[in-house]
Amino acid sequence: MSGKISILREFWSFLRVRKKWWLAPIVILLLTLGLILVLTEGSALAPFIYSLF
Amino acid sequence: MNILGISAFYHDSAACLVRDGEIIAAAQEERFSRKKHDAGFPGKAVDYCLREAGLADAAQLDLVAFYEKPFLKFERLLSTYLACAPRGLPTFLKAMPVWMKEKIWLKADIREELRFEGPFIFPEHHESHAASAFFPSPFERAAVLTIDGVGEWTTTSVGRGEGNEVELLEELHFPHSLGLLYSAFTYYLGFRVNSGEYKVMGLAPYGEPRFRDLILSELIDLKPDGSFRLNLRYFDFMAGLRMTNRAFDKLLGGPPRKPEAELTQRHVDLSRSVQAVTEEVMLRMARHAHQLTGERHLCLAGGVALNCVGNGRILREGPFEKIWIQPAPGDAGGALGAALLGWHHYHEKPRQIRGERDAQGGSFLGPSYDAATFLEQHTIPHTAMNDDELPSRVAELLEQGKVIGWFQGRMEFGPRALGNRSILGDPRRLDMQQKLNLKIKFREGFRPFAPAILEERVSDCFELKNTSPYMLLVAPVKETLRLNGEGEEPSDMITRLKQRRSTLPAITHVDYSARVQTVSAVTNPSFYGLLTAFEQRTGCPVLVNTSFNVRGEPPVCTPEDAYRCFMKTEMDYLVVGNCLVDKAAASRSGAFPIADAKKPVIWKSPLLDEELDCSVPALRRFAFTIGTVLVLLGSFMLWGHRTAGWPLLSLAFLLLIISILVPASLRFVYRPWMMLALLLGSIASRVLLTLAFFVVITPIGLLQRFCGKRALEFGFKSSETNYWQRRTAGPSDYEKQF
Repeated sequence: MSGKISILREFWSFLRVRKKWWLAPIVILLLTLGLILVLTEGSALAPFIYSLF
Repeated sequence: MNILGISAFYHDSAACLVRDGEIIAAAQEERFSRKKHDAGFPGKAVDYCLREAGLADAAQLDLVAFYEKPFLKFERLLSTYLACAPRGLPTFLKAMPVWMKEKIWLKADIREELRFEGPFIFPEHHESHAASAFFPSPFERAAVLTIDGVGEWTTTSVGRGEGNEVELLEELHFPHSLGLLYSAFTYYLGFRVNSGEYKVMGLAPYGEPRFRDLILSELIDLKPDGSFRLNLRYFDFMAGLRMTNRAFDKLLGGPPRKPEAELTQRHVDLSRSVQAVTEEVMLRMARHAHQLTGERHLCLAGGVALNCVGNGRILREGPFEKIWIQPAPGDAGGALGAALLGWHHYHEKPRQIRGERDAQGGSFLGPSYDAATFLEQHTIPHTAMNDDELPSRVAELLEQGKVIGWFQGRMEFGPRALGNRSILGDPRRLDMQQKLNLKIKFREGFRPFAPAILEERVSDCFELKNTSPYMLLVAPVKETLRLNGEGEEPSDMITRLKQRRSTLPAITHVDYSARVQTVSAVTNPSFYGLLTAFEQRTGCPVLVNTSFNVRGEPPVCTPEDAYRCFMKTEMDYLVVGNCLVDKAAASRSGAFPIADAKKPVIWKSPLLDEELDCSVPALRRFAFTIGTVLVLLGSFMLWGHRTAGWPLLSLAFLLLIISILVPASLRFVYRPWMMLALLLGSIASRVLLTLAFFVVITPIGLLQRFCGKRALEFGFKSSETNYWQRRTAGPSDYEKQF
């Protein structure tokens, strides 16, 4: 987990150094979606979770 | 100091181990996993490299080097979507889940896979290519040219190497890529991108370059110094799942050829035309590299350096005295380049030149196996011979027209078989090419075969002034060996193919060219010995040498792979080490059933492109997960005085019992349940990503364009004299992923 947090920190520094602030909303959104997908996709729990919606 | 280089997650993943500047081991993952162009984490290749170096585990490594910078690649990808939006949704839906789940986290994942806590570096993609081209070369100083599809942003780079430094000077950037132009035609001609390019190159000599001028006027703006831009109006690789679009079809007079459909003269002419343009670009770039650096020698890498016809023209018509091409010029070689950058640049260690020979050691950097033990263990009938008997007996068999599987020593690193995992034949026989293509390799009949020749005899048979140890140079067959047919050249491809064009018909292509491998006594004594024996018997110092595999499979790695491939094809004899196996005797014995190796318990869904792990631990995990949910639900219901809770608890108990006693039977529930889970996940992922694309990416992209900002450079600039972009920064910060 600490490895992934350090990657997020490095990504932030990447946006700052290369002045690519316009990428920030896209990346934040995509990472949030990624988290949802990782937690649900391919898991046996998915049919239970999706049935809630 | 031990440095591990890794290339992975695009295509052709590989690992390489460099110790104190010396290349100890390098191998592609596909050889171990048996999945052609395997792009996954090269775990098996890493294990092999550690074993070869005598390291117990990756914790003993001093440095790990990944061959490119993932954040810059991600930036390029997002910039492309912004530039194309609202087009581009299909590729977005395909690429983003992989990036979000895997690629963005690869540093942490590789650390976890390796259990490595030490320093980790990320050179740029083209820095890795340039390092793989220059550092192992025999030159103290040289110009360096790397050309491929695309790395992070760079598609082509020109640089200079001197001593322990390699520096990139100028670049061309995505989407303007020679590799992608060639791949677009590969796609259009009905072959697979990233693997069918050889076929386009092999097909080209049958055709006429009648589309060359059209390509140069419409598809590409080529400047005199080799820099260029593509006309993006005709290509779909940025926004779509296809390489070319309808405008391309209209321009070239028809839709793309369907895979396996008949090859017509138009297809052949298209191959010849794109090949001619590619050669022209390569030549101009080489001349520019010479002008820019003033060097006498050139080092080449990147996927386009596999275009051995273009390489041959650079050598014959270009300004350089000698050229050296990395034998694994594609992405696999990036692992080697990254590791060498770790030694020479990151640790600033000097580089030693070993006279005339390069540091690649013939590219025999893969694993070796005890062949005799394998044959004995599996009671495969064979004849063991000594070092003198074997070459003369095999030469005798080759002279009789037999086809030999030749398995020796360490496996080659790179796509070419160089005499350790090879299929060999007599090049003087007219029928050898067809026999090898159709009965042994099971591939298209038009594809040519390469000659391996004794290094010191090369000028007797080919117009070649360089050695070509890695089969990456195409050269004309000597005039003295050619047999010029009378009358007009037949128009039919197969008739042309069957014509005897030289005294070495099996390796002479229809344009009298051949992809030459020069064999040295220093780097490959056993193959050299066989060629010598064949020459003594026949006066011919040449053998047909093709990789030991069949169509669709990677070249063999182990004796088991070799024996399996041998028994599946019409090869006559197999030589494993010093043992000769006769197909007839082996078939009679029935030893070692040739069924495919035991595969892991994986089930591939017929509906979704997903694989399921159906192993017992996976089934038990499934039972535990579902059981836990059922217990929670059941308890909740009982707590609320609902009797329906009891059946749920009973079902959970039943699952537990089955998972202990007969776990395999759970797969009948597991498969449909998981398919439902994957299907729901896939739908949810698409819905969410589509929303993200249209609600966030498209407005930002449109706003950027409205403000006059473009993330990518499009369009031809007739006022400019060249398109090269000077590299202002020095080497990248290796520790950063950007």
